[in-house]
Amino acid sequence: MYRTLVGVGMFCGLLIAIVFQGTLPVIERNRAEALERAVFAVLPAASQRTTYALTPEGEFVSDTDAVGQRVHAGFDSDGRLIGVAIEASGMGYADTITVLYGYAPEQEAIVGIRVLTSKETPGLGDKIEKDAVFLENFVALDVRLDPSGETLQHRIVTVKRGQKTQPWQIDGITGATISAKAIGEILATSSERWVPIINEQLEQLVAGESDDES
Amino acid sequence: MTSRNRKAVIGTDEFIKGIWRENPVFVQVLGMCPVLAVSNTAINALAMGLATAFVMLMSNTLVSTLRNFIPKQVRIATYILIIATFVTIVDYAIEAISLDLHKSLGAFISLIVVNCLILGRAEAFASKHRVRHAVLDALGMGIGFTLALLCLGGVRELLGDGALFGVAVFPDGFEPWIVMILPSGGFFTLAAWLLLINHMQQRKEAKTGRVQEVPR
Amino acid sequence: MSAKNKTLEIDTSPHIVSGASVEVIMRNVVFALVPVCIFSVYVFGLTALITLTAATLSCLLTEHVLCRWRGDRSTLGDWSVAITGILYGLTLPPALPVWMVVLGGVVAVGVGKFLFGGLGHNAFNPALIGRAFLQAAFPVSMTTWYPALGAERFAVLPPSTFTLPFASPVYDSISGATPLAVIKFDGDITAATDLLMGLTSGSTGETSGLLILAGGLYLIARKMMNWRIPVAIFATVFALSGVFYLIDPAAYPGPLFMLFSGGLMLGAVFMATDMVASPMTSFGCVLYGVLIGALVVVIRLWGGLPEGVMYAILFANAVSPHIDNLIQPRVYGTTERGAS
Repeated sequence: MYRTLVGVGMFCGLLIAIVFQGTLPVIERNRAEALERAVFAVLPAASQRTTYALTPEGEFVSDTDAVGQRVHAGFDSDGRLIGVAIEASGMGYADTITVLYGYAPEQEAIVGIRVLTSKETPGLGDKIEKDAVFLENFVALDVRLDPSGETLQHRIVTVKRGQKTQPWQIDGITGATISAKAIGEILATSSERWVPIINEQLEQLVAGESDDES
Repeated sequence: MTSRNRKAVIGTDEFIKGIWRENPVFVQVLGMCPVLAVSNTAINALAMGLATAFVMLMSNTLVSTLRNFIPKQVRIATYILIIATFVTIVDYAIEAISLDLHKSLGAFISLIVVNCLILGRAEAFASKHRVRHAVLDALGMGIGFTLALLCLGGVRELLGDGALFGVAVFPDGFEPWIVMILPSGGFFTLAAWLLLINHMQQRKEAKTGRVQEVPR
Repeated sequence: MSAKNKTLEIDTSPHIVSGASVEVIMRNVVFALVPVCIFSVYVFGLTALITLTAATLSCLLTEHVLCRWRGDRSTLGDWSVAITGILYGLTLPPALPVWMVVLGGVVAVGVGKFLFGGLGHNAFNPALIGRAFLQAAFPVSMTTWYPALGAERFAVLPPSTFTLPFASPVYDSISGATPLAVIKFDGDITAATDLLMGLTSGSTGETSGLLILAGGLYLIARKMMNWRIPVAIFATVFALSGVFYLIDPAAYPGPLFMLFSGGLMLGAVFMATDMVASPMTSFGCVLYGVLIGALVVVIRLWGGLPEGVMYAILFANAVSPHIDNLIQPRVYGTTERGAS
C-alpha cells in the first residue's frame, strides 16, 4: 500500500520538477517583460530600468530580484535618470487596487500611472483605467516637496469632475466617485512616503549604474 | 441493444456521451465553480476548458494504467496526487504561455484539483475501464466541458462586452450589459442554457415517447 | 414514467379563502397607484409617461405570451401583472431608454414571476427583480436622473428615451442628482418640504411621499394591505437613523430626511407589502419590516451605494419563508415541544 503511494508520489514529484525547470526561465522572462512594460508605460521617456530595494537603514541598493520595499528607476538611452516607478496599493470600491506610478524628480510631478490589479465594477469603476479625461490627470500631477523637504507641499486630492483648479488635484469621474477617490488616496499616501525618501537619495539613484538586462 | 454493444467495444459511445448525452455541465451539472467563475470571456472559458480537459485526460490515462496496482484503501489519495500533479503542470504551462491569462484565471487554475468532475471520472470510470476507453471518456468529457464553457463564455462576452474572443462584434455605440461579466451573469447564463437544453430534451422525449435515463 | 408521477401534491399558502378575490384587491391597488403616476408625469413630463407605459405594456405582454406558451389561460384579467408593470415603471429613472425599460419588464415577469410558477408563487417582488437586473446591467443609465420640473418637460423628450435598441443612450448635459446621492457624495441636505411634495430628482414614482402615503392609507382602510409592514419599516428607519442623528448630527442625516428621501416610501408601502413574498403571520410581518428598515439604514449610511431600499426588500423577501418557519404559531392542542 505504502509502496504504491510512495511510488506514485515520486513519479509525480519528478514530473513536476521537470516541468518547473523547463518553464521557469520562460516565466521569469515573461514577468520581467511585464514589469518592464509597466515601468516604461508610467515613465514614457525611459528605455532602461534598474530595481532598487530600500534597506532598513533607508538607503537604496540596486537589487534586481528585490521584493516588497522597492522602486524601479527608469533611465533614457544615455543613462540619465528619467524618473522612478513606484508600486502602491489601497482599498478601492470592490477590492484592493494596485497601481504603478511614475515620479519624475526633475518635474516634481507624477508623470504616469498604470493600474496593475483591480476588481472595480466593469463599466463604472474600471473607468480609472480607461477614462481619457481621468488619465489626463497623471501627465503632470504636482507632488512638490515643501521647503523642509520632509513632506509634500500639497496633498493629492480628488475633486469632482470639472472642478480641478490646482496641479495637485485629480479631476474625478462622474459615476465612479469612490474608485476615483481611492486612486487619489493611494497616490497621496504613497507619494507622501516615497517622494521625500527618493529626493533625499537622489544622488544614489542618479549615480547608480543602470544594468542592462533587457 | 446490439448496436450499443458494438459501440461499447469500439468505444465511440464513451467519446460521444460526454459531449451531449452526459455533458458534464449541462446534464451532470458538475464542476460548477470554474463554470460560473471564469466564463466571463470566451478566451478565459476556452483556456479553462482546455486546462481541465488536459488534466482529465492525463489523470484518466494514468489512473486507468495503474488501476490494478492502486490499493483500494488509498485510491482517492492516489487519484488526488495524480490530479494535483497535472494541475501544477498546467499552472506552470499557462504562466509560461501568457502572464495575462494566468492572472485572469487566477486561483481557479489551482482549483481544478478540486473539480469533482475530474475525480468523478477517475473514480467512476477510469479505475474500472481499459486505458483506451478511459482516454476516450476523458476526451469526450473534456470536449463537452470545454464546449459548455464556451457556450457560457461566448454569450457572456457577447452581451457583456459586445465582443467575441476580444474582437468587437457589434458596431460602436453598443451598450454592454455589464451584469453579464459580473458573477451574477454566470448564474443567469447557466440558467438560460439549462432551461434551453432541458426544454429541448423534454420535447424530444415527448416526441419519441421515451424517457431517457440520465445517470446521476 | 409512473414512478415520476407518484409525488406528494403540495400547494403554496394561503390555504384559507377570504372574501376579497385577487382581482378586487389588485384593482384597488391600481386605483391607489394612479395619483402617484399622474403626479410623476406632472413632475418629469412626457418621458415619465412613456417610461410608465412601456413598463406596463412590456410586463403585460410578457405575461400574456408566457401564459399562452405554457398553454394556460392568460392571467391578464386579474390586474396583478398590471401592478407589477406600474410599480416597475415607477422605480425606473424617468429618462431611461425605452428598450431598457422593455428588457427589464421581460426579466421582471419572465424571471421574477414566471420561472417561479406565476401568480402566487414568486419568491421575490417581480418589479424589483426587473429593476435589480437593470441596475446590475446598466448602472450608468440607472443612476442618471432627469431633473424635476424642467421648463420644457412637456414639449421636448430627453434624447435618451428613444435610443435605438441595444445602443448606448446619450444624455443631456443637464441631469439632476437624487437627494440621497447629494448627501452621500456632497454632504448637502435637500429641504424637507421639497422631499415631502416630491419636487426632487429621482425615480419616476418615488418622489411624492404624500401621495404614496395617501394610496397606502386608502388600501389599509379597505383592509387590502398589511399595515404592519410599512409601519414597522418606517418605525425602524426613524428610530435607527434618529439614534445616529442624535449621536452626530453633522455626519448623519436626520430621520425625517431618511423617511422621505429615495424609494423608501414607495418601497415600504407598495413593494414590501407584496402578499406573496412577505411573511404570513402578523408578528412575522413586523420582523420582516424591522429587517427591511434596518438594512435600508445600514446600506444608506455605510454602504457604497446611496440607496438601498431595493436590495433591502429583495433580501427580506428571501428571508421571509424562514421568518415564517421561525415563528410558526403553535398548533392548537399541542405544547411547545410538539407533543400534546
